[in-house]
Amino acid sequence: MSEVAEENKKKAADDMPDWSDYRGVMIVVEQRAGKAASVSLQLLGEGRKLADKLETELMALVIGHDVRHLAEEMIYYGADKVYVSDAPELKDYRTRPYSRVCLQVLRDVKPEIVLQGATATGRDLAGAIATHLPTGLTADCTILDVEPHPSRLLLASRPAFSEKMLATILCKQYRPQMATTRAGVFEALPRDTTRTGEVITVENTMKEEEIAAKVLRFIEETERFNLEDAEIIVAGGRGLGGPEPFKMLQDLADALGGVVGASRAAVDAGWIEHKHQVGQTGYTVRPKLYIAVGISGAVQHLVGMQNSDLIVAINRDPDAPIFKTANYGIVGDLFQIIPALTAAVKEKRVLIPQSSAQEGVTHGKI
Amino acid sequence: MLHIVVCVKQVPDSREIRIDPKTNTLIRQGVPAIANFYDMHGLEEALRIKDEKGAVITVVCMGPPPAEKSLKECISLGADRAVLVTDRGFAGADTLATSYVLGLTIQKVAAEFGPVDIVFCGKQTLDGDTGQVGPGIACRLDLEQLTYVQKVEKIDQEARRITVHRHLEDGVEVVETAMPVLITALKEMNKVRRAPLPGMIRAAKFKPVIWTTQDFPGLERAKIGLKGSPTIVSKTWVPEQRHVDTEMIAADTPQATAGLLVDKLWQTELPQRFGWANGSEV
Ligand SMILES: Cc1cc2nc3c(=O)[nH]c(=O)nc-3n(C[C@H](O)[C@H](O)[C@H](O)COP(=O)(O)OP(=O)(O)OC[C@H]3O[C@@H](n4cnc5c(N)ncnc54)[C@H](O)[C@@H]3O)c2cc1C
Repeated sequence: MSEVAEENKKKAADDMPDWSDYRGVMIVVEQRAGKAASVSLQLLGEGRKLADKLETELMALVIGHDVRHLAEEMIYYGADKVYVSDAPELKDYRTRPYSRVCLQVLRDVKPEIVLQGATATGRDLAGAIATHLPTGLTADCTILDVEPHPSRLLLASRPAFSEKMLATILCKQYRPQMATTRAGVFEALPRDTTRTGEVITVENTMKEEEIAAKVLRFIEETERFNLEDAEIIVAGGRGLGGPEPFKMLQDLADALGGVVGASRAAVDAGWIEHKHQVGQTGYTVRPKLYIAVGISGAVQHLVGMQNSDLIVAINRDPDAPIFKTANYGIVGDLFQIIPALTAAVKEKRVLIPQSSAQEGVTHGKI
Repeated sequence: MLHIVVCVKQVPDSREIRIDPKTNTLIRQGVPAIANFYDMHGLEEALRIKDEKGAVITVVCMGPPPAEKSLKECISLGADRAVLVTDRGFAGADTLATSYVLGLTIQKVAAEFGPVDIVFCGKQTLDGDTGQVGPGIACRLDLEQLTYVQKVEKIDQEARRITVHRHLEDGVEVVETAMPVLITALKEMNKVRRAPLPGMIRAAKFKPVIWTTQDFPGLERAKIGLKGSPTIVSKTWVPEQRHVDTEMIAADTPQATAGLLVDKLWQTELPQRFGWANGSEV
């Protein structure tokens, strides 16, 4: 770093109040029925990097009922310290009791950074907490970084203007610095059962009578389809021309052990359900293999899939922007290429041992 | 009778914003200003409650004077009154400062026009995309908070309780709570009606109530506008596309092309990782 830059950093830090009471990175873990959301594990992975760069601790906060086992899990995924609040009143997520616990922990522990998934629950809770504290909250981040000591600023970057730009947001005058982050953009650490850490119990102080909200029932999405966690995705766009050809994609996906994704054009046309949509207004995915079929490659689609490990594009237009992002490209008619590809894959594969791929089951990833 | 407040923001239609490829800056010119469409689903739900049970609907908006246009639209659809909170001092507000001002506004609406039972906000705005203002207002007014609502199932005026369906990533949660309540609306909630002719006529000469910083005696200057906003935008940029060396695959027939691609895939770690063994059995 140049001396001038060093000077500027110092100056920036000088402008800020003394935040030396606030240390550590805290992940607020989301769980349902004792299972942590994948975005929370991804955040532990990213939070680990930030904490290391700041030479501080990574903490996790687990709230729920019958969730003690998650404390250990959070340590396996990177946390140094886990705060657990376990009580029957906390079984279902409800804004008031959850924010009560959260606020109590944040006020006692004083982390400098607090992160949660930008899910419905995460945004609901983060919005409430940030207002109570009060502090700044940046929604839906896709890139996180920190400036090293002394400024220790969180650089929270998020898409703006329909994904056409990225903006970096800072919070200098308040602590903690809060952000919610999109699912699927960060990577979880491998589960390491040799890691150890500290577990701290937090009492729930809210009684059932004090809580107006009652969760009457939860209707789980019947078909357990999970695009975000899929490791192989075969996605189709407007080029498919109708709902029928998606069966052809499903065949290829089955042969590879993957699932079917789609562009918004295909979803808007009613050819496939929204839960298959990849992109800005759909899911952000980072599979090992992404095959884009009859998709042009609009920015709003690319933001949802460009971090895939290996991208294959099949399009009849040699100038389609999707090819710029692809590792392998095939210019041609998808109606000829896809059946040929499915046949070639099947030919290469052995049926024995029967893999789960034959039933179209996704290979799970966190 | 129920008193429902609907928060509406006028936003640039960010879908229409383009980037100047030469300068990498936003081209804002000619971008239409519209009422944030999630908010309009909140208004539609309020109107349905009004149709069914009877209610008075007050629409509130914080924004510059031209935002009057969106308020007129709400009136044309059937809202009873509209308040525009406008002042240079409010400009540059982030979600924390915005929820402070809207919180005060709704308090003042309650004081002047009667207690409020339900507040509707949109799930998020098109330009901010945060979904944080709704929870912020609920917090400041100590309201029950129901976000991401796709359906209002039941309102029990006697017991003062409301039941809704919240759409979460993994399913639908049916939850009941006490009024007063703040609800953030999804677009799945309803289909927004068209303005009837009498509504349009009423809207044409309608003037919203205007409140400025002067109208809030307890207003803390440090909590509004740019000063009251903890978050600051330090920079914006156009993301560079990840550079990839694309290898084009072509052969004489689709079969041969597919075969070449499969060979490439089989040279990666994928077959081992996914247990695609090397073999030729079908
Ligand atoms: C606010 C906003 C949010 C958005 N969010 C999303 C989002 O989440 N996800 C998303 O995907 N989009 C999103 N979009 C839309 C996006 O801008 C594009 O319109 C969309 O991605 C286009 O889908 P497509 O590539 O399938 O269709 P097209 O752009 O029409 O491309 C179809 C492609 O198929 C090819 N093709 C046609 N026939 C054949 C054939 N027989 N064989 C081979 N190739 C063929 C064509 O050459 C063409 O490249 C959003 C837009 C806005 C404004």
